[in-house]
Amino acid sequence: MSPLLLLLLLLVLSVAGYVMGQQKALGLAKKTGGTRNLHSLPVYYGALTALWCCLPAFFMFLFWIAFEQSIITGLMAADLPEEALALPAARLNVLISDIQSLASGNIVSGEVTPLMQKAASHYLSLKGIGQMITSVIVLAAAVTGMLLVHGRIRPDMRARNQVENALMGLLIVCSTIAIFTTIGIVLSILYEAVRFFQQIPVTDFLFGLDWSPQMAIREDQVGSSGAFGAVPVFVGTILISAIAMFVAAPIGLLSAIYLSEYADRRLRAVAKPLLEILAGIPTVVYGFFAALVVAPLIRNSGAQIGLDVSSESALAAGLVMGIMIIPFVSSLSDDVINAVPQTLRDGAYSVGATRSETIKHVLVPAALPGIVGGLLLAVSRAIGETMIVVMAAGLSANMTANPLQAVTTVTVQIVTLLVGDQEFDSPKTLAAFALGLVLFIGTLFLNIIALTVVRKYRERYE
Amino acid sequence: MEKRNLAPRDSRKTIGIVNVPNPRMVCRNVNVYYDDKQAIRNVTIDIGCNEVLSMIGPSGCGKSTFLRCLNRMNDTIDNCRVEGDIIFEGNDIYDPSVDVVPLRAQVGMVFQKPNPFPKSIYENIAWAPKIHGIVESKSDADEIVETSLVKAGLWEEVKDRLDQPGTGLSGGQQQRLCIARAIAVSPEVILMDEPCSALDPIATAKIEDLIEELRSQYTIAIVTHSMQQAARVSQRTAFFHLGDLIEVGKTDDVFTKPLHQLTEDYITGRYG
Repeated sequence: MSPLLLLLLLLVLSVAGYVMGQQKALGLAKKTGGTRNLHSLPVYYGALTALWCCLPAFFMFLFWIAFEQSIITGLMAADLPEEALALPAARLNVLISDIQSLASGNIVSGEVTPLMQKAASHYLSLKGIGQMITSVIVLAAAVTGMLLVHGRIRPDMRARNQVENALMGLLIVCSTIAIFTTIGIVLSILYEAVRFFQQIPVTDFLFGLDWSPQMAIREDQVGSSGAFGAVPVFVGTILISAIAMFVAAPIGLLSAIYLSEYADRRLRAVAKPLLEILAGIPTVVYGFFAALVVAPLIRNSGAQIGLDVSSESALAAGLVMGIMIIPFVSSLSDDVINAVPQTLRDGAYSVGATRSETIKHVLVPAALPGIVGGLLLAVSRAIGETMIVVMAAGLSANMTANPLQAVTTVTVQIVTLLVGDQEFDSPKTLAAFALGLVLFIGTLFLNIIALTVVRKYRERYE
Repeated sequence: MEKRNLAPRDSRKTIGIVNVPNPRMVCRNVNVYYDDKQAIRNVTIDIGCNEVLSMIGPSGCGKSTFLRCLNRMNDTIDNCRVEGDIIFEGNDIYDPSVDVVPLRAQVGMVFQKPNPFPKSIYENIAWAPKIHGIVESKSDADEIVETSLVKAGLWEEVKDRLDQPGTGLSGGQQQRLCIARAIAVSPEVILMDEPCSALDPIATAKIEDLIEELRSQYTIAIVTHSMQQAARVSQRTAFFHLGDLIEVGKTDDVFTKPLHQLTEDYITGRYG
């Protein structure tokens, strides 16, 4: 029986279990004089029966799926003739994987021998038996679970509590998925980064001033020695993010103050969604806007006042990125300023404060945690932004604080390191993981700072 | 028992003594609307110097709305409209030429729920004098903070922790801090909107004692739901009912010899 069919059958059985459990509870209710004489509503008895029907069986199924391959392969390998078992381990592995390919109808590395034919058909029959046994066990478990609970349904059975416990288990599983995924990603980045640092010393990477990651693929290749000093890349990232924040922080904050304190209700209802549309524009659109409109504009106006501006500049990318993240700052700040209790405004007005004094001295300090949170979210966005920088700031890792020159950022370098054909053990490829790791640590620190600030000031007006 | 002729229940005209000699604030035919709904109808009343005027009445009778007219706090509510004259220091406070900022410094307010700023105790009090330019040096500010806290009866309790947040005080202390904040800008009138409704009986007693002390320097108008409180702290009492000012008079008279049937019903607890 195929796994899919088995799952479908399990589903049908669960539905049947649900109906049976509910019917039995309803029957009991009728006998004892109404649903209120049951501990739980009939649906809970149904749900409990269905849960006992499907959960244990499902876990058995998962268990089999997880170990099927290794168990069957082991059985098959044990039954191979003597001469195959005498092969060296590496050759034996090749043989086994060839047999598996043959069994599933894929291409085999060498020619097909009668031995392989025989082993493959043995493998298939083992697999068939395994599936049969699984199906029987799983279905038996389902039916047993269902009947067991069904038989135990009494008016005083605490079905609701048990169903709710099961629900809580589901919630716990869901919330841990995100955590474990994060841990997994971090570990894999860390693992690759460690491999990188085995080839390039950490100090060279963190403090080196020269970034030119092209490695010679062939011995006789010229001019591609590979230099992995990441400082210029991080300087570029910080420069562009700083320009972006110089644009986004004041504009976003001031527009938030206008929207929440000065604008009348109707204007606010229109303006706020409009501002949030800015956040919905794809970054690639911002990118070509930056490259085709803003960068030439900056270069031409720079030329007119005698400045030497490169056609791809940090300024162009930073400006456009700043515009892009305005909604993050303004929308979040607007929400937190609005959330400051009206009584605080009343208190300030009642001692004769003007609107601007109230905002400056009472509302903004009270809303500070949220505002800082919004700003840091915007910084994370700016650091992580790739498309605008690729298009408007260039790829060359210049070590400069001059916003009129081309710079590059961490994310852009990661992209350029990983596009195209790569060897997966060359420092060039692994450098992407090292950059990713440092970036991750950087944003992690930003988040920690944000959380600390928020926690420190949170209770102040409550 | 003495038999009195009470004004009938359906009479909506204000009875009692509306005028006082040498009033601090004079309100004439004040009407307040929220959009089209009228919340206050034709209220005419004087508020005398150095008196505590209490405003009582069932919920929704408009007493808080009326109180908030007296320092134009209703300006912050978009759909609120005020008609009539409220004269303070010879000017109609709703005249377009009047600047609301100095007005609110002269007519301070204390709210139902204590609302200290999220600042230190010191800053809570020193802030308003600073923005009004009343203090020029640190020592001026120190002095105002101390005198305000002393007047509010809070100095002894907080003098060693002026740098701590005002929100960390207990409810009663917070309310006295708000009173200190109001008197720091030397107002002439203090409006109190149910200042004790969020406090326990001991804190309430302290605030009531404080009101009695403050009366020598300030004029106080207080909205309260507690008739005992009105009787304890005020010299004159105004009874509001559904947007009308029903009866005004000396507190003793209103509570012992009310002139209006509605007043008598309310103070004897027949409705509320």
